[in-house]
This record gives sequence, structure tokens and C-alpha cells, in this order.
Amino acid sequence: MLKSRFGRWSKLGLAGVAATGALMLAACGSPAGAGGGAAGGGGSAVEEDELKVALVTHAAPGDTFWDTIRAGAEAAAERNNVELLYSSDPDGARQAQLVQQAVDQDVDGIVVTLAKADAMAGEVQKAVDAGIPVFSINAGEEAYKDMGVLAHFGQNEFIAGQAAAEEFNEAGAQKAICVIQEQGHVGLESRCEGFADTFAGSSEVLYVTGTDMTNVASTITSKLQTNADIDAVLTLGAPFAMTALDAIADAGSSAKLATTDLNADVYSAIGDGSILFGIDQQPFLQGYESVEAVRLYATGGYVLGGGQAVLTGPAVVNADNLDSVAAQFEGAEDAADSES
Amino acid sequence: MSTATAPKFDERIARGNLFTRFFTKPEAGATAAALVLAIMFAVVAPQFTKPDSIATILYGASTVGIMAVGVSLLMIGGEVDLSAGVGVISAALSSSLFMYWFGGNVWVGALIGLVFSLLVGLLNGWLLTKTKLSSFIITLATFFMLTGLNLGVTRALTGGVAAPSIAAWPGFDSAAAVFASDIPVFGVKVKITVFYWILLVIIATWILQRTRIGNWIFSSGGAPDAARAVGVPVVKTKIGLYMGVSFCAWLLGMHQLFAFKTVQSGEGIGNEFLYIIAAVVGGCLMTGGYGSAIGGAIGALIYGMALKGVVYAEWNPDWLKFFLGAMLLGATVLNFTLQRRAARGGKK
Repeated sequence: MLKSRFGRWSKLGLAGVAATGALMLAACGSPAGAGGGAAGGGGSAVEEDELKVALVTHAAPGDTFWDTIRAGAEAAAERNNVELLYSSDPDGARQAQLVQQAVDQDVDGIVVTLAKADAMAGEVQKAVDAGIPVFSINAGEEAYKDMGVLAHFGQNEFIAGQAAAEEFNEAGAQKAICVIQEQGHVGLESRCEGFADTFAGSSEVLYVTGTDMTNVASTITSKLQTNADIDAVLTLGAPFAMTALDAIADAGSSAKLATTDLNADVYSAIGDGSILFGIDQQPFLQGYESVEAVRLYATGGYVLGGGQAVLTGPAVVNADNLDSVAAQFEGAEDAADSES
Repeated sequence: MSTATAPKFDERIARGNLFTRFFTKPEAGATAAALVLAIMFAVVAPQFTKPDSIATILYGASTVGIMAVGVSLLMIGGEVDLSAGVGVISAALSSSLFMYWFGGNVWVGALIGLVFSLLVGLLNGWLLTKTKLSSFIITLATFFMLTGLNLGVTRALTGGVAAPSIAAWPGFDSAAAVFASDIPVFGVKVKITVFYWILLVIIATWILQRTRIGNWIFSSGGAPDAARAVGVPVVKTKIGLYMGVSFCAWLLGMHQLFAFKTVQSGEGIGNEFLYIIAAVVGGCLMTGGYGSAIGGAIGALIYGMALKGVVYAEWNPDWLKFFLGAMLLGATVLNFTLQRRAARGGKK
């Protein structure tokens, strides 16, 4: 009896050790990214104490837009001797908990997106009360001041929509659809409202399921098939623009396509004329400036913006100024995991 | 289930049976997995064991755990509920939209939310027993309908996609104190949901172990036809179980509403799987008739620890979902292996 019992327990112990070992391995073997970025930061020439900054976003996993923000944040972290802790959760309540965790970890600064400002308010207040400087990026322009956030880096969504409308007006478009990939996303809705506000012709909103590209393609195609007179399509994210390109071709439509938010694919599509223009909010800047803002604040309480949101967009990218932004997109695919 | 105290010093049921006695309980494997996980994170992340961190972990676990209580009972009763995730948001939205539209005291809104939630549960249970379809199909339909309702009604009434803030309505402070306050425990602020969670687990365990209703739940899940034959009100039991899930959804929905003051209409989708996973890791069978409320609670705790532990350990978050899946698989496999072994060893 004793022997068999001992065998049982040792096996159980082994299983535990094996599981722990596997997890540790996986943790150590993960690609240099959020955790490992700071270790290789030999580029900092200034002798400063290392700061620990948490970047907490509402990114859904696997969205290229957020890779750019993260790349910007990592570039700034490397130059400013900052250890960057990246975490994200699209669910407002869980994102708030991530902010709470950053407070628990006693970081020197928190950069947060306020897409769901009300859900975040309590935890952000706690961070402010704990004496941690908080900066917001990307979303939350109308809410950040009341929450004790020092400065906001982002674009005004309404103005971005207006900028897209002005470009389409110049191109002489008459009937447009504004494609929203996440129903219930206030920022995207407001972009389409800005577009509708300034667009000379008639425009309507088309909802697609952004997490399912086949749905995006088929919804846009069927919309264009039923309304052959649509001559302008505005998507609100780079990956959706590329899908919309195929959808427009499938529908046999001659509609002009434009998008907000760029990536390398959209950049080359603007180059070959298949996409008319892009409205960029320069996410790289949002990531970069906000992390640098923590360093500046630690240096001497410097704060950018003079109490107003620091606008990082809209920047219009079209055939005329394509060359000036080339550096952003050439080799941008692997910028996120370069070791520089 | 009764573990009577062992007769004095009978060698045949001495220490060898400690293992079998413990591991024949549904929640045993989950408890072991939770311990392994806690020790692992405590080693790799010193931050993990600080009081503030523990409070955060418990809060994260409680937002899954509250629902896991209702879902565990439902799964013991042999059914699943895919509409539980959006049901939470529906409860919160029905409350806040009612207040937005009709005004009045927030407690009235909360009551409306409760009525709406219980009606959804009633509908789920009633459709299930009337149509004789599987609960997977019925609640999948409810899930889609609620998702659409959340968005459609919100936009129709407010013109936006989020319910307006309710902070200005009378009674808000008292309701916020009940549903979303911090309770100081030894100087650490613990969210009130943690206490609701513990309370619900105690009540559910008492129902399962000590009442006739508990027997009805086990028998409805394990052998519905036999149960019906001996006079167990299977229909009423299943409807009641769905309403139990609805009640939990309302409680969590109220917490979200009063903690965040507004509700985004598109949220909650996908969370139903977290509740099911917590229940399954905790030893509830997908086929019904077996499980425990404490198991579901420990399952939720495992999820909470894994989710927060990856952040405290400062690992690359890209791998978070993979870790979660791997841990859940490990916990479940461990659970069933130990149980089978204990069952064999239990045969005297």
C-alpha cells in the first residue's frame, strides 16, 4: 500500500513540476516584446534612474494599429531608460482592473486609453491619488481633464471624420458609406458623425463585424450590389480598408476607397492609386509622446498641451505627400519586434 | 457525501483514505490546481502575494465567480446558458435605460433590471422545457436576441451606443454603496463583489447539500427521466436554475452599472464561456448530475489568478490567452485523473 501511495504522490508532484517548468520555459522563451524590451535598451546615453511605465490599452489582440502604438511606446522607452509594461483588454471593466494592477505594482507612470472613460474613472482616480502621473492616449479627449489625467495625446474623432469628408468632397463623391467595424464603439461613431457633418452628398453608416473579415467583405459587397450608385467608401481601420478593396472589386463597383488609420499595406495601396487617401492619427506619436511625457514629468514636472489635448492627427496622407511619410511604412511590418 | 468521522484507530480506513476521501469531491482537482498556480505565481512574481494585489485578484475572480455560482448549479442540473454573458449587460442596460426614460429613483431602476433579468431566465427555462430542444440551441438564440436588443434599444432610446451616466439620479449613492463599494479589511480595500461572491457560494452549497431542491437539481441533471418518474418537478427545477443564473447576472450587472455609471451596449459577449470554464474546471460535468458550487468558485479563482498573475509576472501579454487555455486544460485534466484514481482507490 505504502509503495503505491508513494508512487501516486510522486507522479502528482512530477506533473506539478512539469507544468511549472513548461510555463517558466514559455515565459522565458517569449519573443522580446513588452517584458523583454527594456533589457536590450543600450541606446540611452543619458544617466537617469530607470522608470517603470505601464501602458494599458483597450486593444483587441492582433490589431495592427495597436502594434504601431506599442512600437512608438517602445521606441520612447528605449531612449528614455523606461521599462515598459504593456497590457490590454477590450472589456472596460477588465481594463480598469489592469490599471489597478499597475497601481499595485507601484509604477512611476501610467499611460491609458479612455475608450470607456466612465469604466476607467474610478481606477484612474486611485492612481492619481496614489501620486502616479497618468497620461491618456488615443481615446478620451472629452473625459481626461475631469479624471486628474495630466495630458492627452490623440486625435479628435469628429475632426478626423470631417477631414475625410473634405477630401471626398474634393474628389466629387456624391454618395458614401462609412464602415464601422465595432458596433457600440463611441469613437468610431463620432468619426462617422464628423464625416456625415461635412460630406456634401448623402452618407450612411454600415456596420460590420470587425473580428470576422469574411463578414466585413460580404457585408460591404452586398451593400454595394444593392446600391450601385455608392461612389465613396470610408473604412475606419487599415485592415478593413484592404478587405474593402477586394469587396469593391467583387461587387463590380467603381467606388473610391479611403480609410482612417494607416499601415504599410494601405501606404502602398495609396501609392498605386487603389486607395484615394488615408487619414492618419499617427499612433506611433501617441505611444511615443505619452511614454516620453512620463519621463519629462519625472525630470521637472514638465507637461505638454497647456491644459488642452495634444492632437496627433488628423494627418492626411495622399498621393501628394506620400514620400514624406515613407519612412514610417517601409519595413513597418517588423518594426514592432526589431531589436535596434 | 457525508464524511463521517473515522472510527477510532481502524487501520483499514487510516491515512490511505485521506487521498481518496478528498479527491472524490468534485472540487478537489481544482483546489490542487489552484494551489500549484498560486505557488508558481508567488515564486515568479513577488508582487502577486501583496495584500493589495490579492484584493485585485479576488475582485477579478469575483466578477466571474458570481456568475459561476449560478452557472455551476445550472450545469449540475444538466443545462448550459450561453446568454449569461450578455445577460449581465442586458440587466444593467434595462435598469439604466428605464431610469433615463422615466426618471425616478435608481432603486426602482434596479428593481426593473431584476424583473427583466428574471423574465429572461424564465423565458430560457420555459422555452427549454416547452420545445424539448437542447439548452445550447435555446440559449444561443437568446444570446443573439439579447445582443441585438442591447444595441438596438440603446440606440433607439438614447441615439448613442452607451447608456447615459446615472450618477445624477436620486438614490445613486446608497445603491453604489450596496453594489459597488470598497470594504476595508485589515487596511486593504476589498470590493464588495468579493463578499457577495462568498455569500452566494455558501447559499448555493447549502441548497445543494442540505435541501430537497438540491436533490432535485442533482437528479434533474443526472437522470431526468428517472427523476420525473419518482415525482421530481424537473420543469420547475430547470426554470428555477435559469432564473438563478439571471439573478447572478443582475447582481453583477448592477455592480457594473453603479461602479462605472454607464454601460456600453456592445460588451459582455464571450464572457459566458468564462463562466462555463470556471464551472467545468471546478468539477462540474458538461453532462450534468455532478459538481459543486465551491468547485465553480475555485474555477473562477484559477481564472482570476491566471489573468492577473500574467500581468504581475510582467510576462508578454500576447501569450495570456494561451496560458489561460493551457492552465484550464491542465487543471481539468488533473481534476479528472485524480478523481478516477480516487474512485478506484475508494473501492474497498
